[in-house]
Amino acid sequence: MLPRNGLVSNEVFEPTIIGFTCNWCSYRAADLAGTARIKYPPNIRLIRLMCSGRLDPTFVLKALANGADGVLITGCHPGECHYIEQNYKALRRFQLLRRTLAGFGLEPQRLKLVWASAAEGAKFAAEVASFTEEIRALGPLQWGKARSAQTEAWEEALTEGMEVAA
Amino acid sequence: MTTKPKFAMYWAASCGGCEIAVLNIHEKILDVDANFEVVFWPVAMDAKYHDLEAMEDGSILLTLFNGGIRNDENERMAKLLRRKSKILVAFGSCANEGCIPGLANLRDSRDIVRTAFNTVSTDNVSHVYPMHSYDVPEGEIHIPKILPILQTLDQVVEVDYHMPGCPPESDQIAGVIDLVIQVLQGKAELPPKGAVIGAGNSTVCDECARTRNVKSIESFTRIWSAATDPALCLLEQGVPCNGPATRSGCKARCPSAGAQCIGCYGPAEGVLDYGARLVSSFASVINASDPETIDRILDGLPDPAGQFYRFNLAGSLLRAGRPAWEREPA
Amino acid sequence: MTQRITIDPITRLEGHGKIEIFLDEAGDVANTYFQIPELRGFESFCVGRPVEEMPLLTNRICGVCPEAHHMAAAKAADAVFHVDPPRTAKILRELLYSAFYVTDHATHFYALGGPDFVMGPDAPVAERNILGVIHKVGLEIASKVIQARKYGHTVVEVIGGRKVHPCTSIPGGLTKGITEEQRREILEMGTWAIEFAQFSLKLFNDIVLGNKVYVDLILGDIYTHRTYYMGMVDEHNHVNFYDGQVRVVDPEGREFVKYAAPEYASHIAEHVEPWTYLKFPYLKTVGWKGFVDGKDSGVYMATPLSRLNASDGLATPHAQEEYERFYATLGGKPVHQRLATHWARLIELLYAAERWVELASDPEASGPKFHTIPTEKPTEGVGIVEAPRGTLTHHYWTDERGVLTSVNLIVGTTNNYAPISMSINKAARSLIKKGTVVTEGLLNMVEMAFRAYDPCFGCATHSLPGQMPLEVTIHDAQGNPVRVLRQYC
Repeated sequence: MLPRNGLVSNEVFEPTIIGFTCNWCSYRAADLAGTARIKYPPNIRLIRLMCSGRLDPTFVLKALANGADGVLITGCHPGECHYIEQNYKALRRFQLLRRTLAGFGLEPQRLKLVWASAAEGAKFAAEVASFTEEIRALGPLQWGKARSAQTEAWEEALTEGMEVAA
Repeated sequence: MTTKPKFAMYWAASCGGCEIAVLNIHEKILDVDANFEVVFWPVAMDAKYHDLEAMEDGSILLTLFNGGIRNDENERMAKLLRRKSKILVAFGSCANEGCIPGLANLRDSRDIVRTAFNTVSTDNVSHVYPMHSYDVPEGEIHIPKILPILQTLDQVVEVDYHMPGCPPESDQIAGVIDLVIQVLQGKAELPPKGAVIGAGNSTVCDECARTRNVKSIESFTRIWSAATDPALCLLEQGVPCNGPATRSGCKARCPSAGAQCIGCYGPAEGVLDYGARLVSSFASVINASDPETIDRILDGLPDPAGQFYRFNLAGSLLRAGRPAWEREPA
Repeated sequence: MTQRITIDPITRLEGHGKIEIFLDEAGDVANTYFQIPELRGFESFCVGRPVEEMPLLTNRICGVCPEAHHMAAAKAADAVFHVDPPRTAKILRELLYSAFYVTDHATHFYALGGPDFVMGPDAPVAERNILGVIHKVGLEIASKVIQARKYGHTVVEVIGGRKVHPCTSIPGGLTKGITEEQRREILEMGTWAIEFAQFSLKLFNDIVLGNKVYVDLILGDIYTHRTYYMGMVDEHNHVNFYDGQVRVVDPEGREFVKYAAPEYASHIAEHVEPWTYLKFPYLKTVGWKGFVDGKDSGVYMATPLSRLNASDGLATPHAQEEYERFYATLGGKPVHQRLATHWARLIELLYAAERWVELASDPEASGPKFHTIPTEKPTEGVGIVEAPRGTLTHHYWTDERGVLTSVNLIVGTTNNYAPISMSINKAARSLIKKGTVVTEGLLNMVEMAFRAYDPCFGCATHSLPGQMPLEVTIHDAQGNPVRVLRQYC
């Protein structure tokens, strides 16, 4: 059985996670975690949006297409959005996007939406940590890249796996 | 007597609809004949591949290339025609974004052969499958190798112009032919390289005559399940219409005929990922704010991947689903 | 070392194909292989789509005959929902379909198959095409052909929403009807179409039947095969393109079987070869005996000629007269000469035009009720129509939401893959012998063997294989094969 995606079994997979955080709540929560020295895994690269409602699904697709193994979206709690209602828009988009990506074979768990207020630094850190472990367990995604590695591996395997006739 | 500039039209993994759309310019086909020498067009005339190979590089002024790149013959032809042509147009949805056959990218292409060669009416007890190279008693014969994913023309060669539509509407084709003839006569300039031609700059909604109000739906409607109001926006009635993200140029014929826009003209101007844009549009019309109600409403859309990427999958950011990329050896 | 001649690609048809001709040492034809190099995968990638999309998705199997797929899909979707569309919807669908037949058969005769007769089979390549035909026959005739296509596509657009890839059929009927004014316009265009059909038959009579060389070609043995014939018929055994039962007659013209849509799989099976992506349908009860003629071979043909052979006549008066003249001229039923298909096609063009007028004359055509909302749970359904190139079968299975779980398609031209292969083989053997100088014109005469069938290989190659299983032959230094490694997926 060939190793998936070229990884040898004793290497630990470090997920690449993109986090879209909203300026008013969750980005401040991340800042708070930082100033309070609450550790969270460095696997997440944060991108600050003014509001979770600014999240265009294109951003998520671009992240996945460019190597993200998981995408975390964070916003203000329902009813607390700085721009009143925009986090509900994020919620609707997120749910529809996740269903759409399921049709592409993407596990729903690779996309997560979390509400966190500016005061919830510890919660933010905990969510990031648990999401990182969930993605680690799911394994690397390597969108699109699997093909080239897989094609070579597949061609070798063809030679091995062939039945000999005659 | 001056020689007329050369013209070619070729179909890769296509359906022939683009060819028919060109024939449907009716009398204007005589303008094509008057202004061009047609040197390669398999549907209509008998030039073969060896004739094309023998032509000088760059000697064909204008080539309309339709069809997606599904197998290695399509890829070879794309590269050959790129060499032989001065201007190469990605013509129609297949060449531009993959079109319907691009939906095959959601699956492992091997499942597809297994399905076709094991249907309920197929007699194949020994599980014989087509082979790229096969020895018959007289010699070795070949058929093209299917590539793991279907690609668009500009994913394999450089493309000069893009003309969208499945197929491009004939009035648009006539307009482009007029423009090209004007350019030949020195009366007009070619648009900048890479431009979209023969289509509009807005969305189908702009061309649609239906009345639009604020959309706020509590369920999605399958088109057969209720009588729809022909004067009112379809999406507003819960019918999944792709108009909001689809490029204009088609005169919104389908909504005019009572059917939802299925998105055959591709992404509107400035749209990076067509499906993503539709996710936003559709999400924005849902009248619900809690996850359970949103889920219930979304259950009315049984196939979002197909709905949002029906024509555009191969040309989208993700290009294919995981089963297509991640193929375990057999 | 065998010599080989490759015709690649075949031209003046819809779709892709190539012909390999192997010659033996003597210079006679050892064998021919007609290979279909394309596959796209509709039977696979339509799974997971809502069934109401099938009239739209399957349009893209073929842009020359999307109307055929649209109708077969519409009927299959109706069957899935166990819903019967209202009469107005059925009239309009068949009316669209009849007008489409006029354009499609006209396109084939004047642009695809016709140039071989109008310009001559070995006319220079640059002239042997629709543009050459226009130059030769003149603009007046060219304008008539353009007008016929324009009218036909106008009807498709008025009823179907678009000229190519119609969009108005849904489970239970249509998304719209037509106005009384539109009905009258369509009727007027249909009346003109009848004249055009008669003009085309006269043209065929003058240019083809009036030319002894062509008549000998048509009647000659090289393009003749004796097989079973298939076509859809109504309750009077008259040809009907849109609805009815499928009837098969044997090589002597006797009824072999007549079946309703849901029973198709009991009668048709598809044979497989490893050197092509397309399968070879055959009559299941007779069995696959190879690429051979005759009553004991399951090979059958489904073309305009087959439809006339499999029927007891045509339902409209002028076309029926032509039907009788056809068989009287060619010596009775059934007719086995494949090139006579070009004539049969024009007779069908006339029937289609007359049917166009019949349907457009029905006042219910502009009626208000064009859709019945399905109320039953969707399950499974089969829809069959006659595509211009042969009997077209769509079979769908869905879940309780009407989302497809499985799809089986047997497409018009696919029915004819074995007969076409046999016609090419026979034509090549007859035309290429020891000492023959093989010219481009001669190879075109081999291609004429398939052109009579008006093939549509875009249609035929709806299915898509994935990774190729490989066969590797290892040769020793003398070139003898010593080992064959085979992997099938």
